Amino acid sequence: MNARFNAVRAGVSRGWIEFRQSFRSGQEMFSYLYVPVLFVGMAVVFDSLGVEGGDAAPIGAVVLSGAVAFTLVMLGVTAVLQVLATEREDGTLLRAKAVPHGLVGYTVAKVVHMTAMSVTAIALMVVPGVLFVEGFGFQGRADAVTLLWVCVLGMFALAPVGAILGSLIDNPRLGASLAILPSIAVVMVSGVMFPFGILPDWVQAVGLLLPVYWLGLGVRSAVLPDSHAAYELAGSWQLPQVAGVLAVWALVGFAVALWLLPRMARRTSGSRVQAAREEAMKRAH
Amino acid sequence: MTSHMAPGLARAEALASGGQGEAVVRVSGLRMDYGDSRVLRGVDLTARRGEILVLLGPNGAGKTTTVEILEGFRRRSAGEVDVLGSDPDHGDEEWRARIGVVLQSWRDHGSWRVRDLLHHFGRYYAPHSSAQRVRPHDTDALLELVGLSEHAAKRVRTLSGGQRRRLDVAIGIVGRPELLFLDEPTAGFDPRARRDFHDLVFRLADEEDTTIVLTTHDLDEAAKIADRILLLAGGRIVADGSPDQLASLVEQDSEVTWTVDGQRHLHSTDSPARHIAELYAVHGDGITELRVTRPSLEDVYLAMVQRHEDGEAELAAEFSKETR
Repeated sequence: MNARFNAVRAGVSRGWIEFRQSFRSGQEMFSYLYVPVLFVGMAVVFDSLGVEGGDAAPIGAVVLSGAVAFTLVMLGVTAVLQVLATEREDGTLLRAKAVPHGLVGYTVAKVVHMTAMSVTAIALMVVPGVLFVEGFGFQGRADAVTLLWVCVLGMFALAPVGAILGSLIDNPRLGASLAILPSIAVVMVSGVMFPFGILPDWVQAVGLLLPVYWLGLGVRSAVLPDSHAAYELAGSWQLPQVAGVLAVWALVGFAVALWLLPRMARRTSGSRVQAAREEAMKRAH
Repeated sequence: MTSHMAPGLARAEALASGGQGEAVVRVSGLRMDYGDSRVLRGVDLTARRGEILVLLGPNGAGKTTTVEILEGFRRRSAGEVDVLGSDPDHGDEEWRARIGVVLQSWRDHGSWRVRDLLHHFGRYYAPHSSAQRVRPHDTDALLELVGLSEHAAKRVRTLSGGQRRRLDVAIGIVGRPELLFLDEPTAGFDPRARRDFHDLVFRLADEEDTTIVLTTHDLDEAAKIADRILLLAGGRIVADGSPDQLASLVEQDSEVTWTVDGQRHLHSTDSPARHIAELYAVHGDGITELRVTRPSLEDVYLAMVQRHEDGEAELAAEFSKETR
């Protein structure tokens, strides 16, 4: 039996166990899923009130498409960051290091867990969106395939960012609050929540360099009517550019993460976990 | 298990008759600096197959640092280190599979069930199994061995402190390690749990031929379970030997106390037996409450640590040479 492949298999079942455990913890469930539920509710309300956005697509559908991108940012960057910073501190990562090929299993488990969580969160928005939100839906099988690859590539672009930040930040509690604000700021400058066109030019310039604008654009191309493309920056969906920018972010991110993560893991030791524990005890008193 | 002493004695005999076993850990001139402070100042040590080696020393002596370097979790500043034939800085996963590390858990894996977690970590060892050493341990048998069978379905976060530590030990040995590291394993144990733990350590050394490197600042524990004690103070090994050898090192006489005619007496001597014989010759049955106190490990420990703290590190190093 190949030891590395064996560790991958152990990692898959580890990820699945962790995913199931997420459903047992009310707090964790809430932190992952309140965004989808909130936005579906908003979209349905906008829809029923008949709020006119002036666009080709009803505003409820636009808001919900933004929520899909926003959720991927929260899972890919904020959740990954927080999990990694926490598990470095509490000794989870150290345990993985102490068994043969344990870091392989650990990494695979995180990918499985995050993927399952993302699929769940997106399904929680897309399924009610298709059923109840006017103008939100697939025009054909191609649109569904587009949503799939945009989300997958988007996660590949975002998760390394979360992993890199998670290995640089030493205090998980501070880290999480520090990370949420920039995440929201990035979402704001990326035209995910409101039209990109109304942002100042220099903000647009920043937004275009970041992956989230392109992720949002890709999602809109999948779930909004084709006529909505006229309201985009280029007047079209620009799918090749979406794929290109996300792929560059993914490649660079993976390269940096592959360099950084083993270094971070090497620094993990029992006495560091012990020190973090004593620090946490002090804070608790 | 009938008695925790029997296997220990059996092993001691085996070590005595079989001479010195194969060296599993070899360290010479190990140094560790954190910034400007030098934590280890040239540590030399050897651990042989099946031996229970205890690193004893006050807090801050460098015990944990030493163990983490041997585990491959920390890079040394200088010195030669060989653990199971590899430099721990470059130990591969095959090497990792032969080593067990008992970590002090905190709140990791809190929502896992005990049995699931142990089974999960066991899976990583399956490809490293051999006819001589079947890896991993059977999950249920191991839970039985550490006394967690009835808690197998519980969430880890609901375990008591002692139960968690037993789970830590189980995870550390699930891969049937040839070499096991335990850093302050019994901190926070009650006497009963401590006794059970010591039994388990003896079983591992005897039945599995596991070499055990354990740190503690508990003298009593060191005296009970060690085949050999290394006393670490100020970043150096200042004494090295069996508990009895160490006790015989202090230049301190035995104390004889006795009572004659309601009067209590005390006499220090290097030959207590002769003194007692003389006492009987003089007083006969008039002697009551006779007691001989030999210098204990505690005396050695305090003497060595004291010498070090008095800045007599050089002297202490001389002392350690004498003991080898």
